[in-house]
Amino acid sequence: MSEQDVLVVADLEGDSISNGTLELIGAAGQWTETHGGQVLAALLSTDGASQAMRLAAADRILAVDNPVLAHYCPGPFLDALSEIVRREAPRLVLFASSTVGLDLAPGLAAVLKTPCLGNCRAFDAEGDAVMATCSYCSGKLVAELQAKGRPVVLTLLPGAFHPATRIGKGELEPVAMELAEGAIRFEEMILADQSDVDITQQDVLVSVGRGIQQEDNMELAQELAEALGGELAASRPIVDQGWLAATRQVGKSGMIVKPRLYLALGVSGAPEHVEGMSGSELTIAVNTDPEAPIFEIADYGVEMDMLDLMPELTEVLKRKRAVSYER
Amino acid sequence: MKIAVVLRQVPDPIEPLELMPDEKALDYGEAGFLVNESDEHALEQALLLAEDGTAEVTVLAFDFGDVETTLFSAAAKGVDRILTIPWEEPFPPGTDVATALFADAIRSVRPDCILIGCQAHDELEGAFGPRLAVELELPYLGVVRGVRQTAKEMVLEAHKEYPGAAKARMSVQLPAVLGILAADQPPRYVPVSRIREAMKSAEFEELELESVPPSVAVSVARLSFPLRGDGARMLEGNEREVAEQIAEILVEKGVLT
Ligand SMILES: Cc1cc2nc3c(=O)[nH]c(=O)nc-3n(C[C@H](O)[C@H](O)[C@H](O)COP(=O)(O)OP(=O)(O)OC[C@H]3O[C@@H](n4cnc5c(N)ncnc54)[C@H](O)[C@@H]3O)c2cc1C
Ligand SMILES: Nc1ncnc2c1ncn2[C@@H]1O[C@H](COP(=O)(O)O)[C@@H](O)[C@H]1O
Repeated sequence: MSEQDVLVVADLEGDSISNGTLELIGAAGQWTETHGGQVLAALLSTDGASQAMRLAAADRILAVDNPVLAHYCPGPFLDALSEIVRREAPRLVLFASSTVGLDLAPGLAAVLKTPCLGNCRAFDAEGDAVMATCSYCSGKLVAELQAKGRPVVLTLLPGAFHPATRIGKGELEPVAMELAEGAIRFEEMILADQSDVDITQQDVLVSVGRGIQQEDNMELAQELAEALGGELAASRPIVDQGWLAATRQVGKSGMIVKPRLYLALGVSGAPEHVEGMSGSELTIAVNTDPEAPIFEIADYGVEMDMLDLMPELTEVLKRKRAVSYER
Repeated sequence: MKIAVVLRQVPDPIEPLELMPDEKALDYGEAGFLVNESDEHALEQALLLAEDGTAEVTVLAFDFGDVETTLFSAAAKGVDRILTIPWEEPFPPGTDVATALFADAIRSVRPDCILIGCQAHDELEGAFGPRLAVELELPYLGVVRGVRQTAKEMVLEAHKEYPGAAKARMSVQLPAVLGILAADQPPRYVPVSRIREAMKSAEFEELELESVPPSVAVSVARLSFPLRGDGARMLEGNEREVAEQIAEILVEKGVLT
């Protein structure tokens, strides 16, 4: 145990450790290189030994095996993590900004009466405080925060840190503890509808956000997608409205896409959306707001009303196609 | 069943945000406000759960920002009670203060189920729902899309979202706090005429709560606008000119042949 240990909470996607977890270990490794200490990984599952390989970049893998940890449910997960933190007394606890990490991080901090910082892109020590640079207001602002307390709990912005390349000791340590089932229980996993187009396999995606304003306008986007030989995708509000199926949603709770072209129309570029499309080869964004965060990550930007641009672009593309067919 | 819904005012992210001269806070005097989007979904989910007529919905909010508009709209949607927490400052309460005061307010209602949005874009210290739950000594489930009543009165079923459009069906033994990302249907629209009626008849109950000292564990050193970096190359011109440029780029990059 050292003053500077960093505890990484392994995030599971189905049966496997998520890529985000490797980013957490990468971030933890940067800290321990500068400040000393070890990288600890908390692995809550039914069979830690089968998962431990992927966490080999950590120094100590603290595996709690228990049937109640087969699927995420808040009670036993929070109990197990609080117990590990009490035993190990790390300086930092790192969570992925996954749909589980977002629930657990502030909850753990509240249980331990310690600070929690969300959406961190960078962090370091300053005296006995922890300084973190965090995304704020859906990416429209950057906040530099100072936290005092021990441990400090952080959720890390996906993609902000390089996955671990360090070589850890990778020692698996079974951790024995009693855990009880909580009041909130897992019943079943419902997977995405397989009958729809798989947008993760498409070369060209026309992605619409709230800027489309009305369901009637979806037709303009559909025509544009057809003219490009691509498929429609969307940000979450469009799916919430029921204008497109959940299988078309790009982002944290949607799909991770890497098309050759991602044409983002009326999408602001909130971090939860960007994490699903930042791997696109070419991104063109159309937005009426010159300050929209999507313009930071797009290759090309257009400050314009998408409703005006879509029909023009469809027409130009159709004409180009016609010309190239004639040739 | 008694349901409590927490409604928070957040700065309108579409309007330009301004900073205070010390760059440590948003200039709330310059901000436009609206109800936090996922809180609005939480309210919708509560109303859907109450549609069978047996549940009572109480809304709680700080008296801050443009809260009256939000609360009159909630009244017009048919909530049973509206409680406000007095707040004199020109900035919203910090996380610790909000947690303590909302928890006090909620205890006075003794609800079976507390619904709150699973995030707000002006949160710096992670989501608020999990803290509130710990303060109330209740379990929390967040990133929920869709909640149903089961055959057992004190058991709900909730769908928690996972990547890849997957979701887990969870059973929730009440009392509990649920962090809603989206309701089973988009928040209902209320005609302006109904809101006007509500403005005449709706009553807000103002709570008297003990004040809470702000925490010093987390402080803002500086706020700034993100560096544009290289950013996007902006295409200029009218619609036709921009469309032509996009087509050229697509040909150049081999996306169009
Ligand atoms: C746990 C969690 C998971 C989430 N998962 C996802 C996810 O998987 N995917 C996702 O997308 N979001 C997700 N979100 C939501 C995310 O935080 C944002 O709310 C969402 O991405 C915003 O969508 P938007 O850009 O379409 O809407 P807004 O942020 O409202 O942006 C609309 C944009 O359109 C522009 N605009 C308006 N009119 C026009 C016009 N006529 N022409 C051009 N531009 C116009 C505006 O300037 C604005 O920038 C998640 C949130 C949480 C808390
Ligand atoms: N048992 C359930 N518990 C919670 N939400 C549900 C449940 N069944 C369906 N939903 C939600 O209700 C909406 C419509 O689903 P369906 O009933 O399949 O048409 C979707 O948002 C589902 O996630």
